[in-house]
Amino acid sequence: MEFKDYYKIMGVARDATQDEIKRSYRKLARKFHPDVSKEPNAEARFKELGEAYEVLKDAEKRAAYDQLGANYKGGQEFRPPPDWNAGFEYSGGGSRGGDGADFSDFFASLFGRDFRAGGAGRTPSQKKGEDHHAKVLIDLEDSYAGATRTITLRVPAVDAQGHVVTKDRVLNVAIPKGIRAGQHIRLSGQGSAGEGKAGDLYLEIEFRPHPLYRIDGRDLYLDLPVTPWEAALGATVKVPTPGGIIELKIPEGSSSGRKLRLKGRGITGDPPGDCYVILTIALPPADTETAKDLYRKMAQELKFNPRAGMGV
Amino acid sequence: MNTENKQPRFAICILEEQTQLTLDDLCHACAIDTQRIIELVDIGVLEPQNREPAEWVFDGSSLQRARKAIKLQRDFDIDLAGAALALELLDEIESLRTRLRAMGGE
Repeated sequence: MEFKDYYKIMGVARDATQDEIKRSYRKLARKFHPDVSKEPNAEARFKELGEAYEVLKDAEKRAAYDQLGANYKGGQEFRPPPDWNAGFEYSGGGSRGGDGADFSDFFASLFGRDFRAGGAGRTPSQKKGEDHHAKVLIDLEDSYAGATRTITLRVPAVDAQGHVVTKDRVLNVAIPKGIRAGQHIRLSGQGSAGEGKAGDLYLEIEFRPHPLYRIDGRDLYLDLPVTPWEAALGATVKVPTPGGIIELKIPEGSSSGRKLRLKGRGITGDPPGDCYVILTIALPPADTETAKDLYRKMAQELKFNPRAGMGV
Repeated sequence: MNTENKQPRFAICILEEQTQLTLDDLCHACAIDTQRIIELVDIGVLEPQNREPAEWVFDGSSLQRARKAIKLQRDFDIDLAGAALALELLDEIESLRTRLRAMGGE
């Protein structure tokens, strides 16, 4: 088991006052809260921070932790001393429960697992099992056509010896057509078993970045390269859409950045989303004498100043 | 219920579009008591149909809003009004970010 340096995680010195700890916690919480932060590892950092705060904000737990000594370094192999905990009595209150509840093995070895149960604020009369929440990554195509995806959830369970272990749970989930990023699928009865009804499982949908399309709700955006003559003279070109390749008419005299709408070609739904094609004009390279001659000819024969509007 | 192995496909639904929740459903799914939900309605985070709490019907998106608001309140040690404000600003940032990405910026 790894030793966790709670002071380092909290970014304070070992002799920090309770006020300093609180201040530092609040500042870091704003930085790493998964609902607020865009840091890539926000969730893990926030969990670690919550655990550190759970110990350091509490005078009893902090004193017990301090007793381990300053010699341990974060990440170092750790075994709790045999007489650990002797002479400490925990009042047990003030645990945050909820998402802060799954603390590390290190925390559990020092303060026990039961410690977490307190103060979760659940309504006691409920017999239904607990609900679970998880995220799934899918491809745009899964939403477009509907798909069955196999997902693996890691769920904590208690083994015969009373230890908490993680088990893999494999589910086959039908992704409903037209589901969008940020929406949730509810699987009734797939949460924890309860005395009465089992809880539900909620899966939040997230799309993997797509190589072609950018997604905004039900609408898709696609950059489509066209040649200068296709843009200038008009043309019919092939365009990929999630539903298959279609022919798109580029109007004569189109300029770069022009947005063309393919109605109903976005994500399935009622109404379906649209697919916006944004034209980008790709210049042919002037890498042969013929190509260079053509450019020179244009320069001579076309009176074209793209900077006319700038007064130069 | 045995949930160890692969199972057949489930009857599933999109929470935001095809689900309506009662006050009880919402309390359970958020693991909070009815009083907290009533506070969230009072502050305008949740907007149920019907007037009487016993008859309230919430749309599916209420669940995540409620969970987020409660989490913000708890984790930042702020009051519900502050959490509601943060939630609104976060929603706005999220939609602006999505917009920005769609336009090709990052």
